[in-house]
Amino acid sequence: MAADEASVRRSEARWGMVVAGSVALIVAATLFAALALHRNPPSNLERIDPKTLHLTGEFTEPNLGTRVEDGQVVVRVVMTQFAFVPRCVVVPEGQPVTLRLSSPDVIHGILVTGTNVNTMVVPGYVSQVHTVFRTLGNLLMPCHEFCGLGHSQMLARVQVMPTEQFHPDAQGRVDCAAQQ
Amino acid sequence: MPRSNKLILAHLWLAFLVLASAATLGAWQMWVRSPLHAPFSNPQTYFISVTAHGTAMAYVMSTFFVMGFGYYVAETALGRVVPGRMLAWIAFVVGVVGAAMAIATVFAGRATVLYTFYPPLTGDATYYIGLVMVVAASWVWCVLMIVAMIQWKRANPGQPVPLAHFGTVANACMWLWTTVGVAAELLFQVIPAALGWTDTVDAGLARTLFSWTLHAIVYFWLFPAYIAFYTLSPQAAGGRLYSDTMGRISFALLLIYSVPVGIHHLFMDPEQSVGFKYLQSFLTALVTIPTLLTVFTISASFEIAGRLRGGTGRLGWLRAIPWDRPLVLATGFSFVMLWFGGGGGLINMSYGMNALIHNTSWVTAHFHLIFGGTTVIMYFAIAYEIWPHLTGRAAPSLAWQRRQLWLWFVGMLVTTLPWHWLGLDGQWRRVAHFDYSDPLLAWWGPWVVVSFLGGLMLLAGAYLLVWNLASFHGPAASATAPGPQRYALALNPATHVPAVLNGFRTWNLVLLVLMLIAYGWPVGQFLVAPSPGAVAHRMFGTG
Repeated sequence: MAADEASVRRSEARWGMVVAGSVALIVAATLFAALALHRNPPSNLERIDPKTLHLTGEFTEPNLGTRVEDGQVVVRVVMTQFAFVPRCVVVPEGQPVTLRLSSPDVIHGILVTGTNVNTMVVPGYVSQVHTVFRTLGNLLMPCHEFCGLGHSQMLARVQVMPTEQFHPDAQGRVDCAAQQ
Repeated sequence: MPRSNKLILAHLWLAFLVLASAATLGAWQMWVRSPLHAPFSNPQTYFISVTAHGTAMAYVMSTFFVMGFGYYVAETALGRVVPGRMLAWIAFVVGVVGAAMAIATVFAGRATVLYTFYPPLTGDATYYIGLVMVVAASWVWCVLMIVAMIQWKRANPGQPVPLAHFGTVANACMWLWTTVGVAAELLFQVIPAALGWTDTVDAGLARTLFSWTLHAIVYFWLFPAYIAFYTLSPQAAGGRLYSDTMGRISFALLLIYSVPVGIHHLFMDPEQSVGFKYLQSFLTALVTIPTLLTVFTISASFEIAGRLRGGTGRLGWLRAIPWDRPLVLATGFSFVMLWFGGGGGLINMSYGMNALIHNTSWVTAHFHLIFGGTTVIMYFAIAYEIWPHLTGRAAPSLAWQRRQLWLWFVGMLVTTLPWHWLGLDGQWRRVAHFDYSDPLLAWWGPWVVVSFLGGLMLLAGAYLLVWNLASFHGPAASATAPGPQRYALALNPATHVPAVLNGFRTWNLVLLVLMLIAYGWPVGQFLVAPSPGAVAHRMFGTG
C-alpha cells in the first residue's frame, strides 16, 4: 500500500464516498418506507388524564374490548398494574384494525408476537396503532415495559378470527368468550 | 510510572470489582429466565438484581473506568501531572459514597425501578441522590480533562494536542452535554416525587429527558475503546496509525452526533411526533459515519502492521498480524462484535423497522454486544496494556490474558446471538419468567438455556479478569521498567493541524445548534403545555 500523504488522502476520499453512499442508502430506504409504504412509528399526541380515565369517556369499562364502529374495527384496552382490561381481544383476519390503549397508573407497553404491532403506553396519552392481522389463531400480547414487581404476569391474547366467523352483537361488540 | 498511579488504580480496580459482581447477578438473571430452576428466584429478587446489574454496569463500572483511563491518558499522553489531583480524589470519594448509597438502597428493596427509572415509578430518594453524586464526580473529571488540555496548549502553542487526549476531551465535552437530560429528570421530576414534594410526574417529559441521555451515554462508555483503537492498538500491532486527522474528525463527529439522536429510543412512544422521530432517525444514520471511518482507519493501520511484519498479498497481511498480543486480539474481537452489534443497531434506528424489535430481547442483545462486548473487551485489553505501567510489574502470564479475552468473546456471542433470534420472534424484555408450557413459546426454552451457558462463560471471564489483574500485584509478577507509555505514531505525523481539529469550541457550537433543532420543541412542548400528570407510585414501604 502506498503510504505518502497524497495517496492516504485519496484512499480516504474513496472510503468517504462509500460511507456517504451507505448512509444515503439507509436514509433513502427509511424515507421510502415512510412516505411510500406508510411505515411510520405510532406517534399519537392525544392526551388524556390518567386519574379520571375510568370515570368518564372512551376508556370506561363498557367501551373496552373490540367494537365495530361504522364498519371500522376498534380495540380499546386499559393497561393497569398488573393486568390488561380486557385480557383477551378478538380481531378479524385481513381487515384494518385500530388499537387504542391507555394507562391510569404507570408506563406500560405492548407488542403482539409475530406482528409489527408495538407501542409504548404512557400515562397521560392514548396510544394508537393501525394494523392488519394476517395470521389466524392466538397471538400473545404481553406488557413489554417494566411496570412494577408484577410486570411478568401482565399478558393478554389476541384471537385472530376468519372474517366469516367474526360476528359483532347488536352494539357492535365482539368478545373472546362469545367466540368459544 | 505515572505520578497519579494510585488514583488511576483506585478507579480501575473499583470498576473491575463492580463488573465482576454485576456479572454474577447477570448470569443468575439468565438462570431465572430459563426453564431451569434457579435458587432465590422470585419477582422481587429478580428485579432487584436487574436494577443492581444495570446500575452497576451502566453508571458505576463505566464511569469509573472512563475516569481512571482519562487520568492515565492525561498524564501519559500530555506528559504532565493531572491538574487538581486533590479534587480528583475528592470526586472519587464522592462517587464511591454515591454508588454505595445507590446500590445499598437497591439491595434493601427500596428502589426496584431498574436503572432507567420509569417515573411515575419512584424509589427511595437515596438511590437517585447516590447516582447524582456519581454523575457529579464525573463532572469534576470532565473539567479536569478540559483544564489539562488548556494547560498543555498554553505550554505548547501551535502544537497538535496528542490524539489520545483530544479523544478524551471530546468525551468529556460530550458527557457534560449528555448528562443534562438525566440530571434535569432526576433533580426536577423524580427526586421531588420520591421525597413526596410532588404527587404527579409528567411521564412524557421524563421519557424525553431520559432519551436525551440514553443514547450518548453509550458513546461515553465507547470512547475509551475508540481512543485505544486509534492510539494503542496500531502501536501494539507493530504498525502506524494510518491517519491522525481521521481520528480527530471521528472524535469530533462522535461528539456532535451522539446527543441529538436520543428520540430514536422513543420511536414507539405516543408523545413525540413523527417529524421529530424522522429527524432524529436521520441524525442517527449520521452516527454511523465516525464508526465507519474508524473501522477503515484501524483496518488500514493493521494492514500497515501486517505488511511491515512481512505479510503480502491482498489478505495475507492479516496472518502476519501479531494476534497473540492481548490488545491486538481484543481489537479483532471488538471489531467482530461491532459488526453484529452495529448491524443490529441499524435495524433499531430504522424508524419503521424498530416496531418489530422494540423492547424485545433483540435490543438487550444489541447493547450487550456493543457495550458488554465491543467496549468492555477493550477495557480489559487497555487494563492489560497499562497495568505494567501502573504497577511496575510484568504480566505473569499473557496466555491467561488471551484465554480471558477468548472466554469473554465467545461467551458474549453465545449469550447474545440467541437473544437476537428470540427477539425477532417477539420475546419481550424485563420479565422474571416465561410460561414455557405455553406452546407458542415452548421452543424458546432451550435457547434461553444456551444464553445462560453464555452467561456462565462471561461470569468465568469476569472472575478471570480480576485474577489476571490481581496477579500483577502478587509474588509471581516480576519487577519491570516498561518505560513511558507509547502511543501509536501516525503514518504522516501531524505537525500542524487546523484549529478546528485541535479544540472543541466550534464543535460545541455546532452541537448547541443541533440540540436546539433536535430537542428544542420535543422538550419545549411540555413546558408550554405539560401532559396530564401521572400519580407517583412508591416502590418502597411507608418511608
